[in-house]
Amino acid sequence: MRKETNLAVKDPLAAIDAIVRRHNITAGATIPILQEIQNTFGFVAPEALTRISDLTGIPESELYSIVTFYAQFRLQPMGKNIISVCHGTACHLAGAEKVTETIQFAAGAKPGETSADGLFSLEKVACLGCCSLAPVVNVNDETHGRVTPDKAQALIQSLREADQKENSGSKGESRNGKPAV
Amino acid sequence: MGNQPYKVRVGMGTCGIAAGANKTYEAILPLLQEQGITPVKTGCMGMCYKEPLVEVITADGKSYLYGNVGPKEAETIVQEHIVNNKPVKELLVLADEEKTEHAPFMEKQHRMLLAHLGRINPESIESYLEVGGYEATKKAIGTMTPEEVIAEIEASGLRGRGGAGFPTYMKWKLTREAEGEQKYVVCNADEGDPGAFMDRSILESNPHGVLEGMIIAGYAIGATEGYIYCRAEYPLAIRNLKKAIADATAHGFLGENILGSGFNFSIQIREGAGAFVCGEETALLMSIEGKRGMPRFRPPYPAQKGLFGHPTCINNVETLANIPCIIARGAEAYSALGTEKSKGTKVFALAGKVKRGGLVEVPMGLTINEIVFDIGGGISTGKAFKAVQTGGPSGGCIPAALGDTPVDYDSLQAIGAIMGSGGMLIMDEETCMVDVARFFLSFTCEESCGKCTFCRAGTKKMLEILEAITEGRGTESDIDLLEQLAHQVKAGSMCGLGQTAPNPVLTTIKYFRDEYLAHVREKRCPAKQCKALIYYEIDPEKCVACGLCRRNCPVNAISGAKKTPHVIDQEKCIRCGLCVNSCKFDSIEVKSGKPETAVQ
Repeated sequence: MRKETNLAVKDPLAAIDAIVRRHNITAGATIPILQEIQNTFGFVAPEALTRISDLTGIPESELYSIVTFYAQFRLQPMGKNIISVCHGTACHLAGAEKVTETIQFAAGAKPGETSADGLFSLEKVACLGCCSLAPVVNVNDETHGRVTPDKAQALIQSLREADQKENSGSKGESRNGKPAV
Repeated sequence: MGNQPYKVRVGMGTCGIAAGANKTYEAILPLLQEQGITPVKTGCMGMCYKEPLVEVITADGKSYLYGNVGPKEAETIVQEHIVNNKPVKELLVLADEEKTEHAPFMEKQHRMLLAHLGRINPESIESYLEVGGYEATKKAIGTMTPEEVIAEIEASGLRGRGGAGFPTYMKWKLTREAEGEQKYVVCNADEGDPGAFMDRSILESNPHGVLEGMIIAGYAIGATEGYIYCRAEYPLAIRNLKKAIADATAHGFLGENILGSGFNFSIQIREGAGAFVCGEETALLMSIEGKRGMPRFRPPYPAQKGLFGHPTCINNVETLANIPCIIARGAEAYSALGTEKSKGTKVFALAGKVKRGGLVEVPMGLTINEIVFDIGGGISTGKAFKAVQTGGPSGGCIPAALGDTPVDYDSLQAIGAIMGSGGMLIMDEETCMVDVARFFLSFTCEESCGKCTFCRAGTKKMLEILEAITEGRGTESDIDLLEQLAHQVKAGSMCGLGQTAPNPVLTTIKYFRDEYLAHVREKRCPAKQCKALIYYEIDPEKCVACGLCRRNCPVNAISGAKKTPHVIDQEKCIRCGLCVNSCKFDSIEVKSGKPETAVQ
């Protein structure tokens, strides 16, 4: 399951209505509803909160307080590739900081942000639980273990090349994959 | 086609898949099918450091475990072992017949909870039933009264495996005795401690074991509904649990009138949404109720007033996985394991700078050194063993000098650490203890829910001080201030998060004060980790001017022409270390201190 931004959902309001209806509007359904909204759209848009509020009677402010409390929820669409660098203890000891920094330079996105070209979203995540393979990087839900800075650089480069192939080279960067600073 | 007697298992837990087990399975499947064998997809085999793992079992039950099996190695194993009947010695990790260099990994372990992990197919209830699955449920529901079940758990001496070590029978008893028609069992599977993956492995690889624990708990306390609150970061665990719940329901172990006893029990899964504090029991309940995960004041305890206001018993995954083991073999046999006050075994996620990292289960009371050296094989980097960290952000750093400490609840607490949920991180002399404290504090500071001022603002202030120290701006009085704040945060916080957040700071100051002093007095990081207190230098003797580091430097801080040794511009250098990694001639050195003072 790729957590890609899916703005192509045909009738967003109908999709939201269907999700809300599927979960009986009982106590405790709020978080599962929001999770399914994010799985469908890739993020939770303010419009979605308004709609859920209209349907369930839960104040929009309360919904907003929930999506901002839990780290899982995103309020903005994400880049084409989602890079999650594990910053659990084992990964930290094995040099996750350096890996994140390398990716930040190579992808042109700071942790928590999306690169200007929309290609990469970089995030630091808490433990992914693959401690024996530290440092670990998740790229679009595929796990890569024992990632060194050079491996990370190559990873970003290959994603960039894959994209260039798709777009026949319209977003060319310098040869070694560094963004033009 | 005469090779059917061989059985083959491929480890497909999250660690295995991350190491490439999917590719191994795809490669080995057609080759084995040619031989008339269908490989079993099993869960975590425990030896994470050797993933992907493939096990070959002969007709007479002898096991051969192969490690680091990629598609090419898979082909070799099938050709040599299955077709030609010759085990492949070079790839062998463990074998029944022969003592390999990895054999000590298993020797001191006592795999009871993990007995079925890596052996059964977690997606198949039949596979679980074949190894005696649901016998404990039948025994409890069919032959024991709820009171007898609770008495059995009391006699076993089981204490909560989530970290605090509260006697399990007590929670059950209080919930049973609490007034209320509706009662709940909640399984806390929100394993948030960084560096811990025991619960994930158990859920992924033996989901029915946990369901059994919940069913028996439900029967004992008189509940009809159960919830499993599992981290969303564990998709495989959630998938296997869903399948297990559906299968158990179809087999009559869940649902109405279980095993004809009149006892009804159903289980639902709730996915966490990424908040560490939800591992705290009252915050977890808030989250299931669909609210922000903010801890509630106790009392009333969940046993009296828990989920949706009803009596609720909350147990951790590993605690529940212990239940069928206790019921099946009896409290007496169970409590023969372990120490006087800590009974049974404990599962640890052994990771960090250790040679053999993985999932291990040891009887309580084994010493730290036995785990690190005998099971773990010592330090992976060849450097000296410096410390072990247990209990994640709530735990403490235990110095190597205390390696003889037995691992049980009370001994660990006595030296300022905690058992915790089971993360065990091994650190070598290249680990900076101030940085470790900063790392954990930045985690708890980020994850504080913000309800209590001391936790919200106190951890932030502590983090700022630690940042100052690691950046060379700290003073000696900062260390005292840190200690003072640490005690205030502990005293002024309502839930376990704030009460334990200062532990990593307090233990590192207690056992590694000299490292703090080197940072504040000499502005030096002895472990050479704190960026502001180190610098990189190219040894002109060793540099061959290949230009690799120059090209790899992300900030163009390295200059040098052909055939002239390269130089790092210390002003531009961001100390990312990419150059050290790229240099093939070992010519770039990491130095402690400031460049001006070190150059003599």
